Amino acid sequence: MEGMAGRKSSLVWAVNIAAFLLVLLWTIPTLGLLVSSFRDRDQILTSGWWQSFSAQEATGFVRTGTAEDAVQQDGLYVIEGTVLTEGQSLIAWGTGPRDPAAHQPGETVEIEDGWQLTVAEDGRYRLTSAAPFEMRRGERIFVTTGAPARLTTENYSRVLTAEGLGRAFMNTLTVTIPATVIPILIAAFAAYALAWMDFPGRALLTAAVVGLLVVPLQVALIPLLRLHNELGIGKGYLGIWLAHTGFGLPLAIYLLRNYMVGLPREVIESARVDGATEFQIFRKIILPLSFPALASFAIFQFLWVWNDLLVATVFLGNTREQLVMTGVLRELMGSKGGEWEILATSAFISIAVPLVVFFAMQKYLVRGLLAGSVKGG
Amino acid sequence: MELFWLAIGTIAIGVFGCVAWFWGSNLILDRIYPPRGPKAGDNIRKASQIRPWLFLGPAILFLAVYLVYPIFDSLWRSVHNARGTEFVGGANYAWLMGDGKFRESMRNNLVWLLVVPALSTLFGLIAAQLTDRLKWGAIGKSLIFMPMAISFVGAGVIWKFIYEYRAPGENQIGLLNAIVQALGGGPQLWLTLIPWNNFFLMVVLVWIQTGFAMVILSAALRGIPEETIEAAILDGASPWQVFFKIKVPQIMGTIAVVWTTITIVVLKVFDIVFVMTNGQWGTQVLANLMYDWMFRGTPDYGRGSAIAIILMLLVTPIMIWNIINARREVR
Repeated sequence: MEGMAGRKSSLVWAVNIAAFLLVLLWTIPTLGLLVSSFRDRDQILTSGWWQSFSAQEATGFVRTGTAEDAVQQDGLYVIEGTVLTEGQSLIAWGTGPRDPAAHQPGETVEIEDGWQLTVAEDGRYRLTSAAPFEMRRGERIFVTTGAPARLTTENYSRVLTAEGLGRAFMNTLTVTIPATVIPILIAAFAAYALAWMDFPGRALLTAAVVGLLVVPLQVALIPLLRLHNELGIGKGYLGIWLAHTGFGLPLAIYLLRNYMVGLPREVIESARVDGATEFQIFRKIILPLSFPALASFAIFQFLWVWNDLLVATVFLGNTREQLVMTGVLRELMGSKGGEWEILATSAFISIAVPLVVFFAMQKYLVRGLLAGSVKGG
Repeated sequence: MELFWLAIGTIAIGVFGCVAWFWGSNLILDRIYPPRGPKAGDNIRKASQIRPWLFLGPAILFLAVYLVYPIFDSLWRSVHNARGTEFVGGANYAWLMGDGKFRESMRNNLVWLLVVPALSTLFGLIAAQLTDRLKWGAIGKSLIFMPMAISFVGAGVIWKFIYEYRAPGENQIGLLNAIVQALGGGPQLWLTLIPWNNFFLMVVLVWIQTGFAMVILSAALRGIPEETIEAAILDGASPWQVFFKIKVPQIMGTIAVVWTTITIVVLKVFDIVFVMTNGQWGTQVLANLMYDWMFRGTPDYGRGSAIAIILMLLVTPIMIWNIINARREVR
């Protein structure tokens, strides 16, 4: 018995660890981006984001004071100052570019004709000479410094103003909200008719909706763009709202119909017997009862439209004023491929809203997925 | 700000228009065939024959114009020349068969089709089974599910950062190269590493789709009757046997649904390739190839449409399978 219990608890441990590793693996990519978006731009490019909480090494040089700064002390000419700026610590230093980290802090080195240079651990240097200094430019001291990790929100303010992301955010919002609301309305009525009204061709229409669920929207791009041009809609918000409405409808009708079919028959029958019109039944009974399904679809459609790149590229146009956030992000990947502080920050801004919606409404999303897939099989 | 009002205005007009249509048309129908008076019964019957079409009207219109018409229009374009002015028969399709980029795309799409649904379903199943009985399982699930909410473009940035390259010996800022270097290997330009770069793109989609698979499979696993599992444990089955011989066979139907759903996503995969490699270095796929022909340089609508029709043909078996299943369920 004891052996069994021991084996069981080791199994529990194994499951816990395996699950933890899996979750970690799935979270780390996003975490890396999030952390990077708050880092100093130089630090992003010189060290991995996983090092962002430890000190950052950097190399460079500072110049000492010039002859004018020299003072006389105990018969020596002395120039003093510091090589560090606030918050930095000194790791190593040197006097030539060949070997910029030759000396330890605190060492005293003779550079040339009797000049002695000491750089202390706190960064204070002391250059002494028996003869008066004559140089106009200060001597170079090469330093390897450790700076504390710097986390900042500068990237965010910069990206929102300079890279046009604020504008893109508004564009995305403008595209997304009508493209989410309108299909819900149209689909709700259609779903009610398919679920609870009796008419010839109902089975055929339902099957058609199921079939249209998988039509690749690539097929629709050129024909619709031409159609929009001929109708005078052209490229713009109206066109993209209509397109998203059309593309979202099959899923909307399918999800809502599946849900409405499951509503209790007695409620609807008794309302009919009481003389309620179909419109009243729909508005007062079906709509309120279908709220979970409506919410599910609303989230799907919201995420899909917000995250879409293809439909926006084709139906909205590509000038700076027209780009949605995915479009800006794509453009930045092309033009600022190496500037990770911009990319990471922009990407995070563009995924922030969907993530908030996701975590706030996850329950409905899961419910919708289950209704859409498990029942369909 | 102007834009904001435009959006609000559209929602208002759209919502008001929809409501006006449904409410108004129903009202008019009730005026024409009032459900009372001497001919009440007859009127109600007639009205209830028309009413479904009022409810369905806008939806049918949208589906017809935005999904059905384009299929036929694309078919028509695919047998015409670049500008749609001249009938060319099967020339576009014949050209596709001989085109190197098209073959590369077909081959890559096929590999995507084999790898992504398989790995997503497998990881989804593992994640579902592992997290189901844990105290912190719900949090773990949401975190694995989270990439679902991230756009393909956003995911592209996230993973490109992981694949970032610095010269050997330098401080690697890409996670993958940092790990490789720490283990003593040389850093690689993963996205140009033919043919393995395809797999590095597929990883992104697997990362996104695993959560979906997990959610659905986890519901299916919980739906398995406890008795079958208890019986197996009493008979001395090991946890592995319980999982593979009792649980998995019982959720085979759901696994098939997950698999086909992801298959459709994979067939249409576009954004990931578009933003990460744009089909260079042997990573072209059908959807991106079609985009190239339709919107880059001089558009060739004939060839572009032919590729779109190929895509359509590829999803047709799944479409038919779905319809058959749905009809069986209705009965």
